[in-house]
Amino acid sequence: MKTLTFESPEKGVISFVDKKRWLWQLSMVYPLFPLVGIGVHHLTGYQAALFLPIFLVYGVIPLLDWVFGEDLNNPPEEVVPELSQDNYYRRLLHLTGPMHFISFFACAYWLATQDLSWWGFVGLAIAAGVASGLGLNTSHELGHKANKLDRLVAKLVLAVSGYGHFCIEHNAGHHRYVATPDDSASSKMGENIYEFALREIPGGFKRGWELEKKRLQRKGKSTWSLHNDLLQSYALTAVMQVGVIVALGWVMLPFLIIHNIFAWWQLTSANYIEHYGLLRAKRDNGKYESCQPHHSWNSNHIFSNLVLYQLERHSDHHAHPTRQYQSLRHFEHVPELPNGYFGSFLLAYIPWLWFKIMDPRLLALNHIQGDMNKVNILPRKRSVLVKKYAEMMASQPASA
Amino acid sequence: MAKYECPDCQFVYDEEIGVEHEGYPAGTLFEALPEDFCCPNCFVREKDEFISIETT
Repeated sequence: MKTLTFESPEKGVISFVDKKRWLWQLSMVYPLFPLVGIGVHHLTGYQAALFLPIFLVYGVIPLLDWVFGEDLNNPPEEVVPELSQDNYYRRLLHLTGPMHFISFFACAYWLATQDLSWWGFVGLAIAAGVASGLGLNTSHELGHKANKLDRLVAKLVLAVSGYGHFCIEHNAGHHRYVATPDDSASSKMGENIYEFALREIPGGFKRGWELEKKRLQRKGKSTWSLHNDLLQSYALTAVMQVGVIVALGWVMLPFLIIHNIFAWWQLTSANYIEHYGLLRAKRDNGKYESCQPHHSWNSNHIFSNLVLYQLERHSDHHAHPTRQYQSLRHFEHVPELPNGYFGSFLLAYIPWLWFKIMDPRLLALNHIQGDMNKVNILPRKRSVLVKKYAEMMASQPASA
Repeated sequence: MAKYECPDCQFVYDEEIGVEHEGYPAGTLFEALPEDFCCPNCFVREKDEFISIETT
């Protein structure tokens, strides 16, 4: 284990060993989880095995989160500069990139070459989509970096899921407007995940395209040119997806449809739970306050964090977007999700259950305390929800 | 020429260098940046939050 040390004039020698250093390799191999289904199907011949990957994601991981619980440890701030500059962590991200391509092509090949029932086909196609959706997480971590190589790998990985607009939309759109009614990627109280998807998916594409168009206009370049980062990524998507149809036949068309929908759905799911109902206050000059840790829902559940490059420590990520994944902190008194992301996704897929658990949790937050004026709320549901939670509001002091 | 620093990620906008990728060529004065300019590194701090750190 590598020991980081710092000599502090006030505190003396500070030592830190990152106990999760090697465990981050779980995030690197995790996108290969559909191969578990392929392997067991190959060995046993049972097509039900093709649902094993989905079961692992939505059944086993939430269970492991429940069993292993939360990790509240933070690296000492004094060693964070050294920890952040350790290239090992960055190399893991680069090595994760090829995993998404391996998963995509392996699933495509298996589906095209095996005699499968329709349900076995759908099961593996969904798993392939979920794995490519994870590519958005890999690209997310890399896309926040200024380094050209990091951004190139991010762009290539986005091509697997056909979401080339993600990085620019996420950085210059979502991060800038997060936890405001103006953000298509921040869900509102009372908004279920299915209606959110209809706002978030087209909204993200439109904003990403507009931002890239403005950037290219400033540079005096045409939007419809190879200078366009989105088009570069989309071009690779087209090559990959047309390529598998040419190579493996029209059976790839339903695969690609299912794959793409479920890849995008992963991002929708994450965006939905990450800022549900949270609202930044407006400053005197009419602009929103800077994003604070309490403007994101956080999760310290250790297992799902280990397979997601600690994405779930989202409070620190949004407050300080360039902080490296290995250095993200747990904060006291920030909004906490009831489980890791995958368990929380399951809740979100059942809207009445999500509202039942999350709405009281939202209104009970320290900075809200039942004040609906401090909640990002779906306008058409406002009066109904205010009435529903009137009792809770009445028990709290009103704020200006 | 002057330099301005993002208060969150410490990105430095150097007027001599600009930010070519974002369409602000070398020599673009900080004053000339659009009012909706935000940090091209972290994207969460706006123009009016940047701190002047050096003028030459």
